[in-house]
Amino acid sequence: MTVPQTMFEKIWNAHTIAEEDGELLMYVDRAYVHEGSSHSFAQLAQRGISMAKPQQVYAFTDHYVPTASRAHGLDSIQDPAIKNMVIKLHTNSAKHGNHVFGFDHPQQGILHVVPPELGITQPGMFICGADSHTSTHGAFGSIAFGVGASEMTHVMATQKIWQRKPRTMRITIDGRLGWGVTAKDVILAIIAKISAQGGVGFVIEYAGAVFSAMSMEQRMTVCNMSIEGGARAGMIAPDETTYSYMHGLPRAPSGTAWQQALEFWQTLPSDRGAIFDKEVSLRGEDIAPMVSWGTNPEQSLAVNHVIPNPKDIDDSDLSLEYASAIDYMGLRPGMPITDIQLDRVFIGSCTNSRIEDIRAAASIAKLGCAKVPAWVVPGSQSVKRMAEQEGLDQILVAAGFEWREPGCSLCTAINGDQLKPGERCASTSNRNFRGRQGIGGRTHLVSPAMAAAAAIHGHFVDVRKLLR
Amino acid sequence: MQAFTQIKGVAAPIHEPNVDTNQICPTRFNKVSRGPEYARVLFHDRRFNLDGSEKEHLLNIDPYNRAQIIVADRNWGCGSSRESAVYALYEFGIRCVIATSFGDIHANNCAKNGLLPVILSEAEVLELHQQLALKPGAEIAVDLATQSVTAPNGRVFQFDIHPVRKLCLLKGLDDIARTEQYADAAQAFHAHYDRERPWLKPLSAH
Ligand code: SF4
Repeated sequence: MTVPQTMFEKIWNAHTIAEEDGELLMYVDRAYVHEGSSHSFAQLAQRGISMAKPQQVYAFTDHYVPTASRAHGLDSIQDPAIKNMVIKLHTNSAKHGNHVFGFDHPQQGILHVVPPELGITQPGMFICGADSHTSTHGAFGSIAFGVGASEMTHVMATQKIWQRKPRTMRITIDGRLGWGVTAKDVILAIIAKISAQGGVGFVIEYAGAVFSAMSMEQRMTVCNMSIEGGARAGMIAPDETTYSYMHGLPRAPSGTAWQQALEFWQTLPSDRGAIFDKEVSLRGEDIAPMVSWGTNPEQSLAVNHVIPNPKDIDDSDLSLEYASAIDYMGLRPGMPITDIQLDRVFIGSCTNSRIEDIRAAASIAKLGCAKVPAWVVPGSQSVKRMAEQEGLDQILVAAGFEWREPGCSLCTAINGDQLKPGERCASTSNRNFRGRQGIGGRTHLVSPAMAAAAAIHGHFVDVRKLLR
Repeated sequence: MQAFTQIKGVAAPIHEPNVDTNQICPTRFNKVSRGPEYARVLFHDRRFNLDGSEKEHLLNIDPYNRAQIIVADRNWGCGSSRESAVYALYEFGIRCVIATSFGDIHANNCAKNGLLPVILSEAEVLELHQQLALKPGAEIAVDLATQSVTAPNGRVFQFDIHPVRKLCLLKGLDDIARTEQYADAAQAFHAHYDRERPWLKPLSAH
């Protein structure tokens, strides 16, 4: 009898080329880069190296692009330094012969939104991206993780990467999610449970009824934030939901190739009895809509809770950490989360900028009118077009939300979209670190529905009460 | 890559958990080309006001402005994969960070740039902090060959490091050259892999 294997092990082993003292040389099916990858291109140029498999490298314009009107093409970019970054990516990746999703491309968008929607990301793949949220692509049952510039240079030069084998963790959530509870709440609840470093050294497989019931968009939201729990990657076994999402996508296999691929993909899920290095479990029913109150994603609570009091915490380091986070965030211990007043709302980022996220936001926007500036930034031109066909942009705009062009935008605040010092934002992005959305900015991570609800009330509300 | 063998230098205590790469190198500096300008980028928004004047920060004052070692806490370098965080550390003069744990990607980025990430136990890191508090500006010695950290009071702590990471750092070896030695293995791999997954033939770029 063969030893039962996890999905991770099957994919890992299939990509191992060689081993040297416990470091493994792994084959990389796809590499995803963006404007910020200029350091890697510079290293290649400096050493006069060309790419090993340029057609397996995909370049995206997302981090630096403005999300205001693009009526004048590249000339719509006001800041010369940013314009230069975008042009540099265009020329570098064109020169090397990569697939380029440039500023004017009809499929332009975030590097974790575009490849899945075109069928570039597929089950069983080994994917490296020049961005930590590459873990998103694990939602298709692939091993996908972010690497730094030097490692990306190596991937470009060889289409391979040296890795040590991570350990495996399975997070099982059985039961059902309550009404108004979303994938974003699930992953925030997981991180609150395992901590921001609970996943260090692990690849997480998410399993159980809650994930099986999720759409691909929701699965991507979960896998996206694996890195916020410290894990290198997150993955979910491919199933009928995966295959029907992928079938017919422009860059997915078709015809007999689809059949061959499908048969192979069906062999990927973890075998019954496969052993994980660590097991964690939660119940779907126990998860409520979540809000992060602090300065790392682990500092998150259900919306009906109050801000913790550092004095109640025995661990003195943790107590200090809480006090400093509460101070930075301008909150008071014991304050109900629903009393937190917002200055801005941002719905977007590779965590929550897909069509379902826009739908969720629009369904809440219908119920009122935005009391604070609220932006909706779709993750890609395809998402934008789809939303417009469904009339979601009209609903949002009628409710006072601003409908913008695709990009990372206020998630990382390098394209000029940013918070002013002290401004407080309900954000559907993935990081609430100090200054992430602009110097002195304060970020609360929430789901799209919670963000939209906060926009129309000016403070956090329990979205379950609105939906009833 | 610059080799790392041993150093002895001023250690700056940054006793704070979950210091993310965004603190080490604020995002807007990512686009700076690698060079000495990165010295100023390190913890920029904690060290400098908006008008460019200095704030009160450990790394702005002598002798910490010439620190070669940072003694951190847990989960150092979590968050974004930006390698510019390492450029900032390196150009400032930091050659070694000691912590109880690291963000995965950041630790890799450090090692690929000749900066040694050292993991010690909680008790050991705490002791280093206590000693640095008693003797501000004291020096710590780090020796990669013997995998040891010598505290200001002479106590020696051993650390673990993966043998390959150790070798690459000691010799300043680069991965690309190493990979090229496996051309035969790669060929054998592809003979099998490409046949097994015919649907993966890459589409030409357009
Ligand atoms: S949306 Fe934010 S987290 Fe996602 S790739 Fe862009 S900057 Fe990174």
